[in-house]
Amino acid sequence: MAKELLKGNYAVVKGAILAGCRLYFGYPITPASEIAEAASFYFPPIGGTFIQAESEVAAINMLYGAVSGGIRSMTASSSPGISLKMEGVSYAAGAELPIVVVDVVRGGPGLGNIAPEQSDYNQVVKGGGHGNYKNIVLAPNSAQEMCDLTMDAFDLAFKYRNPTFILTDGFIGQMMEPVTYKEPRVRFPREDWAVYGDKESKRNLISSIFLDPDELEDHNQKLQKKYEIIQETEVRYEDYYLDDAKFVIIAYGIVSRMVRSAVDQLRQKGLKVGMLRPITLFPFPRKEIKEMADHGTALMVTEMSNGQLLEDVKLAAEFKVPVHFYNRMGGNVPSTEELYEQIKIQYQKS
Amino acid sequence: MAKTAWTKSDAFYNEYFRNPNPDKKSTHYCPGCGHGHVHKFLAEAFEDFGVVDQTIMISPVGCSVFAYYYFDTGNIQAAHGRAAAVATGIKRAHPHSIVVSYQGDGDLAAIGTAELIHSANRGENITVIFVNNAIYGMTGGQMAPTTLKGQKTTTSPRGRDPKNEGNPVKVCEMVNSLDAPVYLERVSLHDVKHRAKARMAIRKAIKNQVDGIGYSLVEVLSPCPSGWKMDPVDSMKWIEEEMTKVFPLEVFRDRSKEIEPSQEKKHIPTKDEIITNLGLKELHDEAFQKTQMASHYKNPAIKAAGFGGQGILLLGVGLAQAGMLEGYNVSWIPSYGPEMRGGTANCHVHISEKVVGSPIVSKPSVLLAMNRPSLEKFQKDVVKEGLIIYDSSLIDIKPDRDDVEILDIPATKIADELGNTRIANMVILGALVGYTNILNLKSLVATLPYIITRKRLIDVNKKAIEKGFEFGKNFQKKDLQN
Repeated sequence: MAKELLKGNYAVVKGAILAGCRLYFGYPITPASEIAEAASFYFPPIGGTFIQAESEVAAINMLYGAVSGGIRSMTASSSPGISLKMEGVSYAAGAELPIVVVDVVRGGPGLGNIAPEQSDYNQVVKGGGHGNYKNIVLAPNSAQEMCDLTMDAFDLAFKYRNPTFILTDGFIGQMMEPVTYKEPRVRFPREDWAVYGDKESKRNLISSIFLDPDELEDHNQKLQKKYEIIQETEVRYEDYYLDDAKFVIIAYGIVSRMVRSAVDQLRQKGLKVGMLRPITLFPFPRKEIKEMADHGTALMVTEMSNGQLLEDVKLAAEFKVPVHFYNRMGGNVPSTEELYEQIKIQYQKS
Repeated sequence: MAKTAWTKSDAFYNEYFRNPNPDKKSTHYCPGCGHGHVHKFLAEAFEDFGVVDQTIMISPVGCSVFAYYYFDTGNIQAAHGRAAAVATGIKRAHPHSIVVSYQGDGDLAAIGTAELIHSANRGENITVIFVNNAIYGMTGGQMAPTTLKGQKTTTSPRGRDPKNEGNPVKVCEMVNSLDAPVYLERVSLHDVKHRAKARMAIRKAIKNQVDGIGYSLVEVLSPCPSGWKMDPVDSMKWIEEEMTKVFPLEVFRDRSKEIEPSQEKKHIPTKDEIITNLGLKELHDEAFQKTQMASHYKNPAIKAAGFGGQGILLLGVGLAQAGMLEGYNVSWIPSYGPEMRGGTANCHVHISEKVVGSPIVSKPSVLLAMNRPSLEKFQKDVVKEGLIIYDSSLIDIKPDRDDVEILDIPATKIADELGNTRIANMVILGALVGYTNILNLKSLVATLPYIITRKRLIDVNKKAIEKGFEFGKNFQKKDLQN
């Protein structure tokens, strides 16, 4: 198996190409620019397309156009850019287009800073644009997963005809780790809904307009059913010492790495702590969290945002157990030592 | 040309099955509207050039949002103003297709100005049909970017006042300032003679794309009797007498004869091409034996720090790369957050037999300090019985820890003797490995082609590692004063 020490941002691009992605449309923004830079380097020589768009809005709409043609394509940006793209994401959700978008989250609101945060959770996991829709959201926590989950994102997007996000941050993007590669995919079946510019596909229509309220309600019901199936079928999470844990920390992305180290240290001290790391944020592992709450397992959320993940955990736990909380914001990443102390304090209280 | 003037082109559906109106033979356009003419000219062109099946119409927001009711072609409906970007995307995905970005004045010249200008500037091989009727028709007659001075609309009830609303936007003139477009013409629908010219212009704009010669835009001055609150006859007169004064009818550019027709073919890469292009290499861990080391050196958490430009980040990458070659779990991160302030560049490296949790090294077991601020700042964080290696040719103080191992090495001096100050980082790297035996010298040297981009510098870097290695190996260990 081919293997390489690689930055997370580069792993995204190589994973995308291995997954059969052939068109990239992007706009530079720190800390996601490396993805565009790598795409500009790697896409054209294999017959792919790289366009530096005039704006984030143009980039997402170019993506909308390319994916209408049934071809695996992507864009990437960071938080302020993702805010701009949300118009296009909503249209893609309405037209059921399998766009793949990478969000390398930075500190906000506004211009904020370029340091890592997780404050795009709400805008990405809850839809972000107008209308009743959801994105499939994958949250890698290593360079290996930046590659693997990007590949999975294309499969999920096309399986469900649904916008799919990689929600990551500048920390994972900058981190170098070994990445083991899977086989490249080069052959794909024709999509029966796409517009290929030929006789067989010309009756296909890519559109999100339904003027009649009943028709639009039907369309929305169809989307909600799809989201239910995704919720039932596609939940992914990492179980770290959940078997006998009396106290479970829920964290995703880079924070889960620090939590893992803290859990290791607390276990050495004999504390029965564990971690549930959602790999999919939508669908969210709510059944698993509810089961823990039903058993009276104490829960704690750590995140680099203002309680956005916490809300989903509380909803999943149906307020049956108190959910402890520790967060950092502004680009500060919690250290293992910090989390060790915080978890220990909450553990002793519970 | 269509067989007879009154037959419907094959590029139209025979019955407009998507139209919710029970009458499947009529369009949804108002009496006297110009869209019907423009649709007809387009459909005839698609048919005449034999491209009906490969055509993809981009329907915008505006009255022509339902263009897909009529055209028996591929159809994509776009967000307001984004038709040219969507057209770019589908054309790049399927270069053989004939893509038409069909847009009104609000869509193209207001909310979609950036997409218009930049798709034209890239010379996208698409056809843009710009229907200019000086008003927002579908939303009920609001002011458009092309509304004339003094023209009353529902949002310019006292007439468009250039002092408040600016002047009408001249799209052809604007796009004509760009280098890439091939064909730009403004036409009008106000009488038979001008409609014939409009038909020819639209044909040419489609033909250009069939020939693959580049970007064409046709601006069509088109009546909107409902929006203008005029009857169809007066509407035509108003175009002739008022609109053409502001928007002169002319060919702004036609370079279609200067460019050789060409067809872009899509290249489908093979697996091998992708593997080669991405530089994916098989790694054989077994080639690099793990070393034996004292147990307290195992699973090192390393912080390397110095000035920007000393190659600190590269040093860390070398460590991680060598660790990976030996089959360890490794991670590398550059300085982050608060550490980015205060005169040091640094990186954190884990080389571990276990899965790496936090990639951050806040309590290093090994500190590599290449300047004084780094030593001063980080020495206190080093774990008890840890190791500090510092460049004694640049740092004129000694660490004040007596519970850690300390290796002082004149790395910069050694590098200078090798003829290149910039390889002091590799001297330090070699010294760490020579002293602790945490990695194999062979795997360390094997990382050089991965981390040194200039091949001619690999040899001198190798020498620096070896010098450092010798120094570290022979360095006299001192007992810790516990």
